[in-house]
Amino acid sequence: MRFTNLLPGRGSAVTRGLERTGELASFMGRFFGRFWKPPYEVRETFSQMDEVGARSFLLVSVTGLAIGIVMAMQSRGTLAAFGAEYALPNMLALSVIKEIGPVFTSLVLAGRLGAGIGAEIGSMRVTEQIDALEVAALKPFHYLVITRVVACVVIFPVLTIWADAIALFGGYMESLFMSGTDYRVFFQTAFSTIRFTDLFMDTMKTSIFGFIVATVSSYLGYNVRGGTREVGQAAMRAVVVSSLLILLADVIVVRISIMLFGGISGS
Amino acid sequence: MADGTERRDDVKEDDVQDEARYAPPGEKRRDGGGRGDPNGGEKPQGQRNGQAASERVGEVGSGPPPEDTIIELRDLHKSFGDLDVLNGASLAVEDGTSAVVMGGSGAGKSVLLKHVVKLLTPDYGEPWVKGRRVDQMTGGELDDLRLSIGYLFQGGALFDSMSVEENMNFFLRRHSDLSEGERQDRIEETLSWVKLEDTAPKYPAELSGGQQKRIGLARAIVLQPEILLYDEPTTGLDPVSVRTVSELIVRLRDERGISSVAITHDLLCAEIIADRAHFIYEGKILESGSLEDLKHSDHPALRNFFGS
Ligand SMILES: Nc1ncnc2c1ncn2[C@@H]1O[C@H](COP(=O)(O)OP(=O)(O)OP(=O)(O)O)[C@@H](O)[C@H]1O
Ligand SMILES: [Mg+2]
Repeated sequence: MRFTNLLPGRGSAVTRGLERTGELASFMGRFFGRFWKPPYEVRETFSQMDEVGARSFLLVSVTGLAIGIVMAMQSRGTLAAFGAEYALPNMLALSVIKEIGPVFTSLVLAGRLGAGIGAEIGSMRVTEQIDALEVAALKPFHYLVITRVVACVVIFPVLTIWADAIALFGGYMESLFMSGTDYRVFFQTAFSTIRFTDLFMDTMKTSIFGFIVATVSSYLGYNVRGGTREVGQAAMRAVVVSSLLILLADVIVVRISIMLFGGISGS
Repeated sequence: MADGTERRDDVKEDDVQDEARYAPPGEKRRDGGGRGDPNGGEKPQGQRNGQAASERVGEVGSGPPPEDTIIELRDLHKSFGDLDVLNGASLAVEDGTSAVVMGGSGAGKSVLLKHVVKLLTPDYGEPWVKGRRVDQMTGGELDDLRLSIGYLFQGGALFDSMSVEENMNFFLRRHSDLSEGERQDRIEETLSWVKLEDTAPKYPAELSGGQQKRIGLARAIVLQPEILLYDEPTTGLDPVSVRTVSELIVRLRDERGISSVAITHDLLCAEIIADRAHFIYEGKILESGSLEDLKHSDHPALRNFFGS
């Protein structure tokens, strides 16, 4: 693609982009239309949750630990300059739970799962496995798409809570080594300003991110035409598009939640 | 072109309500009368009906085919973007017989076969199966029809996350009332027909292309369908396996009365199985008859194909 192709007009990137957006929206619509209807692939949904969780558990743990340690190290100097080093656990918990934890975890998962789902469904498309499900009256949309979307919607918040916990643990380890902070003091300060609505809203918003990753990647995989090259492209696009949409959705969700529940200082 | 075809696939989706929303643009363009109108709209420019090629195929709009005709494709047209693949293809298959469709690579054979199970819907024309129009079927009715049809895909289309045994068991578990033991027996028996009993625990990636093809065949027949559609059942097989598979197809016809359509390039296979042969060329069925008729045709395309 060249930059000149970005200019509007028939067949241009802009028009194509709009078309794709419309198709993606109707794909998401199809999810809501069919989710309620049988067959309910309960077993397959659980096995997808297992897959999603197992595939990304280690990755999420390492991400969480790194976030916690690095944030604590970075903030310590800044806070010390204002003589507010005692507020480190407080600040760490707020930024991890409210923003960095959910968004970082979701972005890492978008990379891991977006590529996986895009490639898996895409290669099933080009090798006619989706057609084979279709002619065996096995409802590929239910079996492949709905199961993965539900799995991601459920698993994203769970992994986020885990990443938050590991990040706080990482922050505590840093504090322990740097200033020998007692764990009771650390965790008491950490949770002193966190409200339940913060914890709940900011964790549950990752369900929306999970929905985005799963639908975008399934959509791109489901509509692959051609061969292995196109499957690779679909996987790559799945990661790019879901990451961008996560960041966009985050802005919107944060805006709405501040409107509904007020900001941190507005309590 | 890829963009033009992107949405077409949604047509084959299962949901009744969504059907209209996902109808491809071609649908309206070609069939002005809408899908429900048996007389359709006007015929597209420059098309001739398939009568000359297959004398037994009824006119578009003339209602269901005779009782003993299990599949009748009438004057099918199908394009993808600018590419006209089918251009008035017509053929009829009598109940309990095996038809063979031959033709060059890219001639539209696979596309033709996909119309029988509504994996594709025609832009114009009528696909009739068991006295019903498949392109108008939806929901449970379509599922029931599809369950009475076994489909062997050109590449086998085995589910690669499942072992051979799971591939077959998956179909049986979902669509039969057999107990686990009975299912295992059925799977073993079916695998023995394609002479691949020992592959049951293996994954598709561990099998050769020809083996995958034969497992695909076994999976297609495991639910004991009434109709079988084979997309190149013998391509990539050694001559001994070609014979095994072809003879299996004949046996299924003779012992179970299964009607079938097989796409093949393989003369040996065609000779063994064909009750009637059809040659597709430039989107139409150019000639239908016995295999001998086709071999002795004077048409240059056929002479070229058979190398006579
Ligand atoms: N879903 C699709 N979207 C776009 N083009 C398609 C689609 N399916 C088939 N085609 C095109 O239609 C033409 C005929 O394809 P088809 O698969 O029917 O050929 P074939 O006769 O089966 O050939 P072969 O013997 O090589 O399998 C090809 O040019 C192919 O690219
Ligand atoms: Mg083909």
